[in-house]
Amino acid sequence: MKRIYMDNGATTKVAPEVAKVMKKYFSDSYGNSSSLHKLGRDANKKIEEARKIIADSINAEPNEIIFTSGGTESNNLTLKGIAFANEKGSHIIVTKVEHDCVLNSAKWLEKQGYKITYLNVDTDGFVNEKDLEKSINEKTILVSIIHGNNEVGTIQNLEKLGKICRKRNVLFHTDACQSYTKTEIDVKKQNLDLVTLNSHKIHGPKGVGALFIRKGINITPWQHGGGHEFNLRSGTLNVPGIIGFSEAVKIANKKDIEHMIKLREKIIEGVFDKISDVKLNGSKKERLCNNINFTFFGIEGEGIVGYLDEKGICASTGSACSSNSLEPSHVLQAIGFERKDCNSSLRLTLSRYNTEKEVDYLLKVLPEIIEKLRRFTPYKNV
Amino acid sequence: MYSQKVLKIFKKPKNMGKIKDADAVGEVGNLNCGDVMKIYLKVEKNKIKDVKVETFGCIAAIVTSSLLTEMAKGKTLDEAYKITNKDISEGLELPNIKLHCSVLAASALRKAIDDYRKKFKV
Repeated sequence: MKRIYMDNGATTKVAPEVAKVMKKYFSDSYGNSSSLHKLGRDANKKIEEARKIIADSINAEPNEIIFTSGGTESNNLTLKGIAFANEKGSHIIVTKVEHDCVLNSAKWLEKQGYKITYLNVDTDGFVNEKDLEKSINEKTILVSIIHGNNEVGTIQNLEKLGKICRKRNVLFHTDACQSYTKTEIDVKKQNLDLVTLNSHKIHGPKGVGALFIRKGINITPWQHGGGHEFNLRSGTLNVPGIIGFSEAVKIANKKDIEHMIKLREKIIEGVFDKISDVKLNGSKKERLCNNINFTFFGIEGEGIVGYLDEKGICASTGSACSSNSLEPSHVLQAIGFERKDCNSSLRLTLSRYNTEKEVDYLLKVLPEIIEKLRRFTPYKNV
Repeated sequence: MYSQKVLKIFKKPKNMGKIKDADAVGEVGNLNCGDVMKIYLKVEKNKIKDVKVETFGCIAAIVTSSLLTEMAKGKTLDEAYKITNKDISEGLELPNIKLHCSVLAASALRKAIDDYRKKFKV
């Protein structure tokens, strides 16, 4: 059976162009980018090209980009590195809808004695600017707000939030893992001090990411060794991975975004047309071009995902990282869902490779699946 | 996460739904904790003649409730009462965090049998 992949929020297929470019750097140009000899120099040259491509894509300077192993590492480094480097204060602000790697880093810092504020969001998932402003105090050192939400797809207005942080002289970080290359990130316009980026959500390889750190910001490294990445992240660079990452950034384009939006709207319209007792979660307008998150009241999302899988469609209930936990989604709880409805979600996340035909097939099988599950739920009055 | 066996049962769960003129009903779980199972029984001469289940829950919940109905069908009430969560989950290789689903299924059946005994005083 040909698989239809609609779980691109979990990870994406490595683009063939990307894989092709990477291949050479495994067994031919395999030098360590720190080595003096030709193979090393070749690798280093490519790494610096990649650094420039990524810097340019967010209007930053190459020496403001460090490579990491991915989003989780970049977010950990930001929260812990900024906390440890700042003697002025001990207060950090995050939101209740962050990815687990931000939330759990914040919780860990809390145990070390830092004060953390977990900002509420509204029912669409937006942070209120006044709430942010009110929660900043003289001890605040960092505000970290996710750009495009990984579960419900809401895109925050970074420019407005960044302005507040700048005005109050507090560092502003965003986790842009889901939004990178899908909507504008401009570190100057949006007043960003740190930005988390990763590769495997944009058709690059897994295990590579980056962190933008504005020049002059003091951050404590937590991986010590040979002093790679401006002394901020020691460890031999993942040369093929980084080259693949930059290639993925290069191939991203506006046409793909328009394509995904078209399919996204077709799915939303089709589902509302054919299925009752359904809600679209997240903002309708300010939304990741590839994200759809529904709640189908009265049934559990896991059953939907299971039957979709059987029909050849890969989807998820929410964040792939939380599928090993029974705790209902913290994001859905934060946008106001009652606990009983928190397990009824389905997340479909598209990519440039999805087709109209695939969407037609989804819209054919999904109503049948919902009907089947609703036939044997004890909750009729949803 | 789930074994092939679980997914095979999930594909075509048995006895799902309700019995309109059921002799007894047993419901366990609640929406706030996650899974809910509601068992319907039809009893004849102290034997379970028909059994159906409505399930709000994950794949493991659907699969264990289906298995339970198959195990219970045809058994006397005493025999059916003895079905344990271990009997249901045996060989399924359920992930640890999903084992509670099989507990839920066994207790839903017992609750339905209790309901029958109370109603018909047997």
